[in-house]
Amino acid sequence: MTVLAVAEHRRGELRDVSDQLVAAGYDLADETDSELHVAVVGGDTAEYGDRLNRPSVDVVHTVEAGAEFNHDVSVQAVEQLVDAVDPTVLLLPHTVNGMDYAPAVASQLDRPLVTDAVDLAVDDDLTVTRELYGSKVETTVDVHADRAVVTVRPGEWPPADGNGEASVEAFDATIDESQVRSTVTGFEEAVSGDVDITDADVLVSVGRGIEEEENLDLVRDLADALGATLSASRPIVDNGWLPADRQVGQSGKVVTPDVYLAIGISGAVQHVAGMKGADTIVAINKDPNAPIFDIADYGIVDDLFDVVPALTEEFQ
Amino acid sequence: MKILVTVKEVTVVDDEFEIDGLSIDDRYVTYDLNEWDEYAVEEAVTIAEDVEDVEVVTVTVGPERADETIRQALAKGADRAVRVWDDRLAEASMLDPATKARLLGAVAEEEDPDLVLTGVQSGDDSLGATGVSLAERLEMGWAAVVNQLDLSADEGVAHVHRELEGGVDEISDVELPAVLTIQTGINDPRYASLRGIRQAQSKDLAVKSLDDLGLGPDALDSPIEQTALYEPETEGEATLFEGGAGETAGELAGLLREKGVGQ
Ligand SMILES: Cc1cc2nc3c(=O)[nH]c(=O)nc-3n(C[C@H](O)[C@H](O)[C@H](O)COP(=O)(O)OP(=O)(O)OC[C@H]3O[C@@H](n4cnc5c(N)ncnc54)[C@H](O)[C@@H]3O)c2cc1C
Ligand SMILES: Nc1ncnc2c1ncn2[C@@H]1O[C@H](COP(=O)(O)O)[C@@H](O)[C@H]1O
Repeated sequence: MTVLAVAEHRRGELRDVSDQLVAAGYDLADETDSELHVAVVGGDTAEYGDRLNRPSVDVVHTVEAGAEFNHDVSVQAVEQLVDAVDPTVLLLPHTVNGMDYAPAVASQLDRPLVTDAVDLAVDDDLTVTRELYGSKVETTVDVHADRAVVTVRPGEWPPADGNGEASVEAFDATIDESQVRSTVTGFEEAVSGDVDITDADVLVSVGRGIEEEENLDLVRDLADALGATLSASRPIVDNGWLPADRQVGQSGKVVTPDVYLAIGISGAVQHVAGMKGADTIVAINKDPNAPIFDIADYGIVDDLFDVVPALTEEFQ
Repeated sequence: MKILVTVKEVTVVDDEFEIDGLSIDDRYVTYDLNEWDEYAVEEAVTIAEDVEDVEVVTVTVGPERADETIRQALAKGADRAVRVWDDRLAEASMLDPATKARLLGAVAEEEDPDLVLTGVQSGDDSLGATGVSLAERLEMGWAAVVNQLDLSADEGVAHVHRELEGGVDEISDVELPAVLTIQTGINDPRYASLRGIRQAQSKDLAVKSLDDLGLGPDALDSPIEQTALYEPETEGEATLFEGGAGETAGELAGLLREKGVGQ
């Protein structure tokens, strides 16, 4: 039996999630007495192949396939590799690019797909733990099949590191160009404004709990009183209430301030990805079950419209 | 041109809730149009306003209750709606991406759209997989997590930005027909006008069973079974300040001062 994990790279770099996938693959392979294979499709396969040669990896497959990710190419390459290796479990990342090709791979292979796994176990069946309702609830699903495709949530497994003794093998995939229906023409970085929230020592961060644009003054006043910088969760930026360079999270900025004050922010995984590295996290949220309290150091379970003005007053 | 928009009625859980078997106890839930689908509907309706002769059809898999949610999309300007339901669906505790793609795909095959818009993910299940599964099933092109769309129907291409991690967009061209999964922030969803809400009441909302769609009962067969639903043990060790707002704010102020904030 074999577990196959496919790494991710972008613009010349192997992404961190790759070593996390290797770690998830290792756990699964260990539990089921399977071989662990890792693959990388496209990019600098020589360098990536070397990097992915982590302890306990049996084989690294490198597939030449252009510099950047193209989902049509990846689907074909991974499908052919799966045909050759026949893994019981294929692990892909639940990243933006993972979302762009994992469902197609599963569908092409006619294997069941479970996405965004936070834990994996094997008894008779593969059991996948995932989160529902914005991480308020967890669920387990059993896959009653002998083959499966699972996408793994970034940041859940500690990354594999060190050097292993895998054999690094080039795999030739034949790409049918007529099945390539999309072309990547470039990349664009978000333009940054005059404030760099990644530089701030103290961030006062506001989320959808603020309800109305007019209410933003409440948190602005607090930030001013504290000498802090104002940042936000995604909905605030989506609404156009604050510019994009204030957004904390997966698609915004990763911040590591001394103090991060999350006000009316639920703590969705994509938000947490951007702020879990803060030294001290303080949450103000009226929902005692909000997942932000799982990573907060200090919290107040109350209405922000009562607490925030009172806190501002303390500093005036 | 025809645009098909998949819309989901999502379950919204109250702050305090109880679990009943494999679902949240009815008493603690409300329902709403999926946030991501609001943006997808807006994108379709905007295209219909800008380009001549565009029909916007929404499709949902859901029980009768979902009609209310579907009417929200109709009130915002979709032309008509299809709702897929079958009592056998009520027994399924969850629908996996392949099953959703089969059901939505059957409607898409009947409708034969030029463009399909879905949300990136549903706010309750968060599979993040239905759109691309559907594309593969329909043998269409696709792009996931689209935050900018410029449709060039003459060339048969959609120019899109895909929002990657870390504030980087990938720019790509996708051949039409295609399925695009729409990210929040791509546009500014409108509120339904009173007139829109009134008009929505008389728009066509067709209910289709599996039989109507030519799907046998095995269309619901899935090897994926939900086995448990529970509140996660909190890993958190947060110190909670308790008392009235004046008190908690005072304690927090003390902590912040200790950390050298606001001096
Ligand atoms: C591909 C992808 C990328 C994403 N990238 C990001 C990202 O970079 N950054 C990001 O933030 N999100 C991102 N998201 C969105 C993310 O999934 C969540 O939707 C978002 O983080 C929710 O923001 P929020 O916490 O402000 O809102 P909600 O989840 O709606 O939470 C609002 C909170 O406010 C609380 N509240 C309400 N009223 C009050 C009150 N009066 N007093 C106190 N508390 C109150 C509620 O209890 C709730 O917990 C991304 C999603 C996807 C799919
Ligand atoms: N039951 C459903 N009915 C209609 N559309 C759905 C349904 N479930 C998911 N979708 C669509 O697929 C998108 C992604 O959902 P999911 O893959 O469940 O996270 C949603 O934003 C909807 O557009």
